[in-house]
Amino acid sequence: MAVVQAERTTADAPTAPTKPVGDRRGRPLWVRLLPYLLVAPTLLGTAYLLVYPMVRNLLISFQKFGIGQLIRGGAEFVGIDNYREIFTDDKFWSVVGRTFVFTAINVGLIMVLSTLVALLINALDRWMRLTVMGGLVLAWAIPVLAATTVFQWLFQSQLGVVNWALVQLGFEQFDGHAWFADGRSTFAIIVVLIVWQSVPFAALTLYAAMTTVPRELYESAQIDGAGPVKIFRLITFPILRPMFGLILCLEVIWVFKSFVQIWVISQGGPGDATLTLPVYAYQIAQSLNRYDLGAAISVVTVVLLTLVLLAYFRQMFKEEGEL
Amino acid sequence: MRTRLHRRVLLNLLGLGVFAFSVFPVYWMVLTAFKPTKDIQAETPSFLPVHVTFSHFSTAVHADGFWLFWRNSAFVAVTGVLLALVVACLAAFAVARMKWKGRQAFILMVFVAQMTPWEALLIPMYVIARDTDMLDKLPTLTLIYFMMTLPFTIVTLRGFLNAIPAELEEAGQVDGCNQFQAFRRIVFPLLAPGLLSTSLFGFITAWNEFAFANLLIIKEQDQRTLPVWLSSFSNTFGTDWGATMAAATLFMLPVLLIFLVLQGRVTTGVAAGAVKG
Repeated sequence: MAVVQAERTTADAPTAPTKPVGDRRGRPLWVRLLPYLLVAPTLLGTAYLLVYPMVRNLLISFQKFGIGQLIRGGAEFVGIDNYREIFTDDKFWSVVGRTFVFTAINVGLIMVLSTLVALLINALDRWMRLTVMGGLVLAWAIPVLAATTVFQWLFQSQLGVVNWALVQLGFEQFDGHAWFADGRSTFAIIVVLIVWQSVPFAALTLYAAMTTVPRELYESAQIDGAGPVKIFRLITFPILRPMFGLILCLEVIWVFKSFVQIWVISQGGPGDATLTLPVYAYQIAQSLNRYDLGAAISVVTVVLLTLVLLAYFRQMFKEEGEL
Repeated sequence: MRTRLHRRVLLNLLGLGVFAFSVFPVYWMVLTAFKPTKDIQAETPSFLPVHVTFSHFSTAVHADGFWLFWRNSAFVAVTGVLLALVVACLAAFAVARMKWKGRQAFILMVFVAQMTPWEALLIPMYVIARDTDMLDKLPTLTLIYFMMTLPFTIVTLRGFLNAIPAELEEAGQVDGCNQFQAFRRIVFPLLAPGLLSTSLFGFITAWNEFAFANLLIIKEQDQRTLPVWLSSFSNTFGTDWGATMAAATLFMLPVLLIFLVLQGRVTTGVAAGAVKG
């Protein structure tokens, strides 16, 4: 209804040049102030709920802040002591290393698999394509926590279906195998979980981008005798490069800071096998009550993420041209 | 000819493989939820729903506090998203329809805010909530979910608003509306589908959030939300995987429904029709 009405109004409208409403000189004060009033709630919310916690985090990282200071207040500044403490701790560096390895494995798998899946969807017939996309959307839609719970069930040692299937395939050693007791296999399960949850978004986005590549390019390449690998390397990839860049940055950020899956499945264990930076910061603050060290680790995390974020924004603004 | 047929078959098999791999965990969850305990513990699992039972759902629903946590989750998600919607509407209007100094900087701020690593803010949030006596209170979560969804909501609404030509409102103003009447009568109906899909996405974010709900609600067990409850399923259900899967299914259900509603909604219903005319 509304659309029809609006359509009629457009037809009657004089052909005025497009410019934002209210762009006139000599407007009364309240009209000029209006936009600022409209964004004021956003600014206030951001200031208190985002900027202030960030700043507070930075402050705590320069203070001595344990359980005593949490209860009584009056934390004193200790300069860079906390940073010195974490930077001289071997455990911290092993966590940093593990976080990078964890991110690299996950993002590498996500990028390769989602590219392959996107190419596959692109090559399928309509019905099969819709089926696959439906499956991807389902995997995408399931809440992280539900997925995490299901994966714990899939990999259960006694009744888990994965062990059953492996034994059926002839790997007898998996009979009753306790996946979550071993560091490496817990790490692997978390990787599978994160990749399983991340591929749908990346694949569907890449597929959507692939549909924008003009068909003629492919056809002429085929006439010239180029095979599928060559077509991907010479046509699809160069055209979609900005899109690949954006998704790569997003996935790096998302994987790097992933917390829920690890915390719920293993809390960083067994041993320290799945301890990454966000989990480490949380753990050190919660179980040791060293909020100062936790804050310092969080600051390091944010700094590392900011570097990736800068690359992301550069890519995005190159894409969009302007804000 | 034969190689093309081979290619088709191979592609379709690969497609089926991807489909099976993405769907299986979800299928297994729902299947387990409906299986009698006897079948769950069977030596050889059955992959089809041979015997169906609702007893696990009954166990899950009657578990201590299930409905309470359900209500808590719904409360924080709905209030957070509504708040974000109202605030974002104002900001998006200012950004999309008005010229003012600082507009670019504001948009940049929203983009940056959208990428906030919330996981790194857990500790200061805990300290701040403790200082301001906001621990163990649901409104604290409302505020955090409001801020989590706000940037995304502004960006999307701005996108929807940009898609609605300003001429529509100008025409309305020529016909005697003021700027706000024009907005309410002309733009708002066109914006409604956008508002709906944006808020549903926000709802999903808030409904799924675990880390803050887990950290900020500690002593008052009655204020917990569903994800936190689900994460401690072994305390509630022990090794009763049927009930655990039933609980997970119930937790997933609203999200799934929203995804079904959104299918197509996101792309249709925007001003496409109005612009074409």
